Amino acid sequence: MAAKAHDIRRYPAFLWITLLCLFVLYGPLIIVMIYSFNDSVSITRWGGFSLRWYEDVFFGPEAAKFKAAAWNSLSIAVMAATSATMIATCAAIAMIRGGSFRGKSMTFALISLPLMVPEIVTAVATLIFFSAISFTRGYFSIVMAHIVFCIPFAYLPISARLQGIEATYEQAAQDLYASRSQAFWQVLMPLMMPGIISGFLLAFIISLDDFIITNFVKGAGIETLPTAIFGSVKQGIKPNIMALSTLMLMVSIFFVTVSYFAGKSGAKTER
Amino acid sequence: MPETDVNVSAARSDSPDAAPQSRAAVAIKAVRKVFGLPPAQVTALSSVSFDIADNEFFTLLGPSGCGKTTLLRLIAGFEQPTDGEILLFGEHLEGLPPNKRPVNTVFQQYALFPHMSIRDNIGFGLKMLGVDKSEIAQRTKRMLELIQMESFGDRRPSQLSGGQQQRVALARALAPSPKVLLLDEPLSALDLKLRQAMRVELKQLQQETGITFVFVTHDQEEALTMSDRIAVMSAGELQQVGSAKDIYEAPRNRFVADFIGETNFLDVTVEEVSGSQALCRFGPARLTCSTAGPTTAGSAGHVSIRPERLSLTRPSNDDDLVGTLERLIYLGTDTQHLVRLDDGTEITVRAQNAHDSSLDIAVGEKAALKIDTGAARLLVD
Amino acid sequence: MAGGPAAGGGASSSTFAGIRHWLLLPSWLVIGFFLLLPVLLMLVYSFLTKDFRGGVIWEFSLAAYDQFIFDRGLFGDEPPTIEWIYIQIFWRSIWQALLATILCLVIGFPTAYFIATRPQNTRMLWLFLITVPYWVNLLIRTVSMKFLIRDNGPLNEWFLAAGLLDSPIRMINTDFAVQLGLFYSYLPFMVLPIYASVERYNFALSEAAADLYADRWTALRLVVIPAVSPGIIAGCILVFVPSLGAFLAPDLLGGAKNFMIGSLIEEQFKGNAGNWPFGAAASMILLTMVLIVLMIYARQQARGEREGR
Repeated sequence: MAAKAHDIRRYPAFLWITLLCLFVLYGPLIIVMIYSFNDSVSITRWGGFSLRWYEDVFFGPEAAKFKAAAWNSLSIAVMAATSATMIATCAAIAMIRGGSFRGKSMTFALISLPLMVPEIVTAVATLIFFSAISFTRGYFSIVMAHIVFCIPFAYLPISARLQGIEATYEQAAQDLYASRSQAFWQVLMPLMMPGIISGFLLAFIISLDDFIITNFVKGAGIETLPTAIFGSVKQGIKPNIMALSTLMLMVSIFFVTVSYFAGKSGAKTER
Repeated sequence: MPETDVNVSAARSDSPDAAPQSRAAVAIKAVRKVFGLPPAQVTALSSVSFDIADNEFFTLLGPSGCGKTTLLRLIAGFEQPTDGEILLFGEHLEGLPPNKRPVNTVFQQYALFPHMSIRDNIGFGLKMLGVDKSEIAQRTKRMLELIQMESFGDRRPSQLSGGQQQRVALARALAPSPKVLLLDEPLSALDLKLRQAMRVELKQLQQETGITFVFVTHDQEEALTMSDRIAVMSAGELQQVGSAKDIYEAPRNRFVADFIGETNFLDVTVEEVSGSQALCRFGPARLTCSTAGPTTAGSAGHVSIRPERLSLTRPSNDDDLVGTLERLIYLGTDTQHLVRLDDGTEITVRAQNAHDSSLDIAVGEKAALKIDTGAARLLVD
Repeated sequence: MAGGPAAGGGASSSTFAGIRHWLLLPSWLVIGFFLLLPVLLMLVYSFLTKDFRGGVIWEFSLAAYDQFIFDRGLFGDEPPTIEWIYIQIFWRSIWQALLATILCLVIGFPTAYFIATRPQNTRMLWLFLITVPYWVNLLIRTVSMKFLIRDNGPLNEWFLAAGLLDSPIRMINTDFAVQLGLFYSYLPFMVLPIYASVERYNFALSEAAADLYADRWTALRLVVIPAVSPGIIAGCILVFVPSLGAFLAPDLLGGAKNFMIGSLIEEQFKGNAGNWPFGAAASMILLTMVLIVLMIYARQQARGEREGR
């Protein structure tokens, strides 16, 4: 113990700050989870454990709205993440295995543009754009906007992964009589896979998460889960919203945990 | 090790030695390679020419940045020469991508595909060539036997030690029976013991398979122990090609003499030239040297003498090469004597400790240097 | 290591050089057409005349920018006086974003440091715990916070029940609530880059400082913090930039009195104001501020790289 106290690296206070940090981060989520099981109609008074608000989410008066919103959210996220991942994979291969060329840094700036422009500005610009070309805002405009801001999120893990793969692998494949496309599909692609999967997951979660841009570019009558929840919360927090939030929260945590452990075991087999 | 047959002819090499004018496995003809665009150009190779014979263990030796790896990559097809041409058994390689050349490479860090089993790694080249499955299985098995790793077929590269990975890399490159095997510093990632063992194995493998090996290294000991012939390179230029003995005992120029082993240099004046012999003067002393190239009487030159070809005696004649013994360094198998000549040149003399060679000259005394016959070499500069 | 320039040069990693333009085409088209072009169009819109039911009339006008600074009365015919309300909103946004950045730094640095000095096997778990909330929907996190700190929310109830308070304290709709919301939203952005820097930090430097009679806090101030400053700066930028244009935290937690740029812009398009050119102009100003911050950062990065940091 005495030896530890002299360790120059250690600042005992930092442990407490870290714990405070975790407390602040998890506190509100845990409280909402607990209160989603509250039997009482008053959202703050504890009236015993009950699943009635979960029942309300699935079968209550707003169930149809939530189902439609959930379906929109999921299908948009799948489409946006899939397209963004494909576009980002192509871009990463060109940027990292395409040698040096004029306009490379401009291209990189363009790919990172959705990260640099504040979300609300992207939302405004996209709204103005669709309005200027007299495009009826709706499902398609949401998907397009999501693809755009998902590209850099998919690009980052994919390009990081590709950068870590030495060019000698493709060269070895070509040296062993593989054509360029064989070298790509049989060697480079499997090696890139972990990056592509985490790029897809990242894009998927970012798309599910988005509220501001969706809120601007969605037309009347179409809702995603975040816009539906936002609309509902504007009139006050109701218990069924807490149940719905808890469900979404569990889905997110499930995804992150899976990708964490997948990444961990992936790292183990690497070397 | 079991004998391997290599009669399955490799990729796209169906025309049997159609070029009688060249029997060389690889012919490098005035090859130049420049990287980058005009303002920031780097010349990696400046007009290099030589031939590599069939069935030869040929080594490209030089310090890092000398262009040896570039040359290997040009043969493999990863780079295209700026000028000049490369012929493989008389066939032009120009414009052929790596996958159309019957040449395989063992990479420096092996580049074993981490997502494939050892068996799939070894069979990869054959699979790409469209060899049928049973044939691939058979040949892969034989390659695993050859490298004595029969039980490792289902493992992943990450589960193998460095030495095992190295052997798999060799097997993978040999499996399609290339006409020439290129090895890019394949031993540099191994520790000393393993490296020494692999040298013997590599040499043996080359003799058994009869495939031409082109081996790149910066390690002179590696080059000297394994090679039939060595090409010494420096700064993008070929310095000398020859057997290990040639290169060590008859270096052509100062770079080769200095890079391979240890040597002493003397600045001399050439007095007489007759055939491949020259009489040179160093102060009052006269030395008979073999010449590395054309020279004329009266010109200045450098003479290289290996430390083990020198011995010390008490000065007796006026034209002896005389200096002061400054230091003795005991090195176990031999003793190193440092002698300072009258003009300030420092000379190293190595004497074996085997026989009783108790020298009767003490540190600080004058000593004469005796040169073995044929040990002094007048270099081309 | 060994070999010619080919070994490390660009030539060795250009397997796909021949088709790079085809590979890049989708990104160029999608981002160029659906983001770059819209931003340029937004710039154009900010110089147009407003239409009263939303949208624009295609007539050049500086009214949107003029409106930020001058009040010309309801019909625009009175002598101009300085209009403070929008300047105040921008100023408040900058101030709130700065405070949120400082709060994140004060809490985030020790956290990042603590995690980076854990043993290898528990380090990833700590990092995982810190990043999990980030993956939970931002709206849900903000709503949770709103629920917790409401006037009659659980926090106030507990304090009352525990006898710590006589009457509920007001937390919702205050600057504090916005701070808390922004902190909660962007903390991982501060922790991750600092963590990355501290992990690379060579602790022999701290030991050298201790050897030369520095106590641990002096070592932290004079040795550790300068060494990991690139991570700290990156973290600050990553928190400041999204905080500046944040919408959810100020909207749900701050209420009308704590209006920030995000809400001001939203009002022009989704709310009652319906002044598109003004919203476009506000967006342009926000974008310009963000780009200036990023440019300063990029320049500093480039200088740092030249100095070989």
